[in-house]
Amino acid sequence: MATRISRSRPWAVAALGGAATLLAAACGSGSGSGSGNSASAPGITATTVTIGSTQPLTGPAALGYSEIAPASKAYFQYVNAHGGVNGRSINYIYLDDGYVPSNTPTQTRKLVLQDNVYAIFSALGTPTHLAVVNYLNSAKVPDVLVSSGCNCWNNVSQYPYTFGFQPDYTIEGKILGQYIKQTYPGMKVGYFAQGPNDEFGTDGIAGLNDQLQGSGVTVLSPPQYYPPTAAGAAAVKSAIATLQLQGAQVIAAFSVPLFTAIAEATAAALNYHPIFVVSNVGSDPPTLTKILTGGALGVTLPAALITGMVSDAYEPVVSDSSNPWVQLFKSIKNQYAPSLPWDGNVFYGMNQAYTFVQALKAAGQNPSRDDLVHAIQNSHWRGPGLVPFGFSSSSHLGLLGVQIDKTNADGSQTTMGPVYTTDDTSSGAITQYTGTPATPPSNGIPSD
Amino acid sequence: MSALADDTDDESLGSALRRSTLLRHGVFFVALAAVLLVATYLVSPFHDYEIAGVAIYTIAAAGLTVLTGANGQISLGHGALMMIGAYTTSVLLQWRPGLPMIVTLLGAVVSTGLAGSIIGVAGARLRGPYLAGATLALAVALPQIPLHFAGVFGGNQGLNVASPTAPAALGADFPNERWLAWLCLAAALVTLFLLANLLSSSVGRRLRTVRDNEVAARLAGVDVARTQVLAFVISAVCAGLAGALFAYWVSITSPTGFTLTLSLQLLTAVVIGGLGSLTGAVWGSIILIYLPVLTGDLASNLSLSSDVANNVPLAIYGVVLVVAMLVFPRGLQGALVSLARQLARVIRMRGTVLPAVPSAPEQ
Repeated sequence: MATRISRSRPWAVAALGGAATLLAAACGSGSGSGSGNSASAPGITATTVTIGSTQPLTGPAALGYSEIAPASKAYFQYVNAHGGVNGRSINYIYLDDGYVPSNTPTQTRKLVLQDNVYAIFSALGTPTHLAVVNYLNSAKVPDVLVSSGCNCWNNVSQYPYTFGFQPDYTIEGKILGQYIKQTYPGMKVGYFAQGPNDEFGTDGIAGLNDQLQGSGVTVLSPPQYYPPTAAGAAAVKSAIATLQLQGAQVIAAFSVPLFTAIAEATAAALNYHPIFVVSNVGSDPPTLTKILTGGALGVTLPAALITGMVSDAYEPVVSDSSNPWVQLFKSIKNQYAPSLPWDGNVFYGMNQAYTFVQALKAAGQNPSRDDLVHAIQNSHWRGPGLVPFGFSSSSHLGLLGVQIDKTNADGSQTTMGPVYTTDDTSSGAITQYTGTPATPPSNGIPSD
Repeated sequence: MSALADDTDDESLGSALRRSTLLRHGVFFVALAAVLLVATYLVSPFHDYEIAGVAIYTIAAAGLTVLTGANGQISLGHGALMMIGAYTTSVLLQWRPGLPMIVTLLGAVVSTGLAGSIIGVAGARLRGPYLAGATLALAVALPQIPLHFAGVFGGNQGLNVASPTAPAALGADFPNERWLAWLCLAAALVTLFLLANLLSSSVGRRLRTVRDNEVAARLAGVDVARTQVLAFVISAVCAGLAGALFAYWVSITSPTGFTLTLSLQLLTAVVIGGLGSLTGAVWGSIILIYLPVLTGDLASNLSLSSDVANNVPLAIYGVVLVVAMLVFPRGLQGALVSLARQLARVIRMRGTVLPAVPSAPEQ
């Protein structure tokens, strides 16, 4: 709509905006025919918006997560093919950091200083992104929709330009913990997490402990940790063996997909069959199935290893083909990125891209970098997420809740119980979310 | 360049020339500093940032050149020594955030010097593959320490380091990346200057004597073990300085930055650049920083499926290294030197200007 309005009176705007036209011409943006668009910020020309990201395209986290950025790009291509945002097409550059924190600073500086991006979008990983969050905020570059559930992104005074996206790991831990204590009373619960000093693992365990310490279940100590490196596989094996010796009947896991798969494979090899309760980022069934059956672990394992796995989700289940968001994103994937599989990572990347388009539209016709930040802080928009975002001028928390689900024998997932929301404090109550889910706009592009 | 290139064959120089080595190197490095200063102004801040990276790798590679090239000891653990320097800096800054850089750099130099002397004493008892194995163990084991003492070292996530900001006197628009490049280049030039002088001195000669023949060195009165420990300490100090600057450069110190890959990359840089030559260490460091950039750009310009494109840079990197070693077995610097000699020979055979100075013997 905004595109239509701006194009209906181009000459008036061009006549008014002499300075803006000069600026656009000076910046060499070819079509100076007066669309009312100016180069209002770094990375923004009259016709394009350039944004960047660092992603694990190689390395231990690439299995699964390397699909996220191509999926986002596919959605942006779809938007560009339908007129772009405010007449600008989105140019999305994503670079590989291999999930290695010391690679991320160079790649991020390349995006900011060399590629001159308007914003960093969807940068993936807790340890990796922590290496650049200070730099981005001191350079005043919007750092939006970080692909990590660390609650460190919600720090408005220290990181005013950084925004989370998914529910933080403490929120997930609390809602998973509530499910465990209600469903498995009296059982022994062991923790398995990325760590020992990794916010992904520690934030999640903090949430689990909020619900499980002093409840009817027995929490085994100490938590078992693995490092997300080449040495991780051996650590996972010893962790699972330890949990077996301790008699853990439930394993609550905060792990990335590769290490979830190794944990499940190790348990099966030890003839040990605990109930796996795995947080969202490490539990996408198509990704785990691909790792187990595709030989990534050196052997071909049956997909049935993940049957019965309990998890949580803040997006619709991707195997639910009746969901309108699933239908929309799957058709965009089939048209613009047919080589991608259809799984939770692809849905996630498109969901983020959809949210970014909402933010960019709300930032105005010729936005500065700060306009994007204000637009997100003042947002009340809804999208594919099951719950609302927590964005405000005092909170940069992303989605506020999750729903529990269980993996079936065919790899599909079935949701269980209501959607819950909570916050990441130990006192914050877990409440049932009663709002209705949003439906996609008819053209698949957010209108507000 | 010539000052660096000549550092291994000063035996052929007369004593008069040797007395002027300090002056010769001094003039060369001051001129180089002036050129680099101008260069940092001509390029964008991102390239300044890359230049800082080259300077850092150069320091570590130059140290390894002294150890491996001049003294013949192989180290697969220099990444671990860089890690000691980086963590010293980061822990000091954690303790006193406002600590000036010179203090943290000195702290890193002292701590790695100590570590280097301990490893050097152990290393002096080991030869060839056994020394390589021992230093390899260091590279593998050391990154585990921060995971076990997560309270001090920040675990897998590491410790944040505030990037140095340009002093206000340089103006509000002066990029921090250029300032960082200046600091790293200054450190690299000082290191190269000191090492070039050292290799031209009697110490350098003793290092090479031990490398070439330990028995002969002993007969000539050289304390072999002490020389080897000395080489290790010098080398470790360079790695520590590089590690400290690395902490400022990446602004985070975590075990994932100091894997075995880093140690192997440093050795690669030294070998590809030209073993035994400080100039070679510079070439090698330039390759370390820029080859991945070039291969990355190349891969993204080919329209490949993402599974292939993501791994193409790594594959090209490997192929380039293999081909480079096949074509230039003595490294880039060796290739450049022999090219220069061939040119000189061609010119001489044409009967032009050059007087009949015998070329330096091949090593």
